[in-house]
Amino acid sequence: MTALRDQQVAVITGGTRGIGLAIAKRLASDGYDLLISYRGDEVAANAAREQFADSERRVEILAADVSKADGAGEVVEAAMQKLGRLDVLVNNAGITRDTLAMRMSEDDWDAVLSTNLKGAFLCAKAAIRPMIRQRSGRIVNLTSVVGLVGNAGQANYAAAKAGLIGLTKSLAKEVGSRGVTVNAVAPGFIETDMTKDLLADVVKAIPARRAGQPEEVAAAVRFLASDDAAYVTGTTLFVDGGMSA
Amino acid sequence: MATTVTPEAVEKVVFDALPQFGADPSEISREATFEDLDVDSLDLAELSQIIEDEFGVQLKGDDVGKIKTVGDAVDLVVSRAG
Repeated sequence: MTALRDQQVAVITGGTRGIGLAIAKRLASDGYDLLISYRGDEVAANAAREQFADSERRVEILAADVSKADGAGEVVEAAMQKLGRLDVLVNNAGITRDTLAMRMSEDDWDAVLSTNLKGAFLCAKAAIRPMIRQRSGRIVNLTSVVGLVGNAGQANYAAAKAGLIGLTKSLAKEVGSRGVTVNAVAPGFIETDMTKDLLADVVKAIPARRAGQPEEVAAAVRFLASDDAAYVTGTTLFVDGGMSA
Repeated sequence: MATTVTPEAVEKVVFDALPQFGADPSEISREATFEDLDVDSLDLAELSQIIEDEFGVQLKGDDVGKIKTVGDAVDLVVSRAG
């Protein structure tokens, strides 16, 4: 058990597909044991389980609704009980309900703010407790370039992502003296199954003239989770090909 | 299983915990203020977690905000235990 306890443990919310899965794979390749949460997509969860089936790392995949305190608590508790510790929390869980503001329902607003912003707060609150006791930890919040520049049709998503930046800075100031860093990564336009049809129009506005890859976002998360980033806290790292420059 | 709440037991846990937040053991007393002991709000949040783990007594944010001295903290825990 001593050898297992020496492994670093990372929790990734919403880590069964897209950017979250890329982050999970990158951290696993770096030697982290993983606790990955998802809300309801069993197909993606089972596909993720298959991808990690032969991994040398311990990988637990858990269904939980992190927009509720109980769900966030379950995720952190599962990491502590099944994997023995918690070193890195990646708040990646997020949803979209895109529509123009004048057509956006209260439910569209609440759902996105609940999962994307409140969920990150609840998971961070739960994770801070063991991190403070061990005097070390890393929290990385997945915000978005949209949180800085806005996007028509995404008032709810942009508000949640902008809120994550404020949450990141505030938490960083609260726990910095305990060896816990809190940072955000802001992806720009990232090529996934959901975005591939929008590619040609969007890349014209990106200085790098291409979409980013999920692995490039994962690399940024990996840096912020590492010992090399011990003096980096309260910041937002934009991975957007210059979109927000 | 939670430890039985008595003033003596709570005082011992609190007195034993404070040095880990940087408090000088020779200055810890019921009359000492947390400010004098250089114990900040995050330390108090952590202390309330220790209290909860040991005695099963939950301290709310409002409660913790009102305590000034070590004695206040001990008395608060005893009163919340019911």
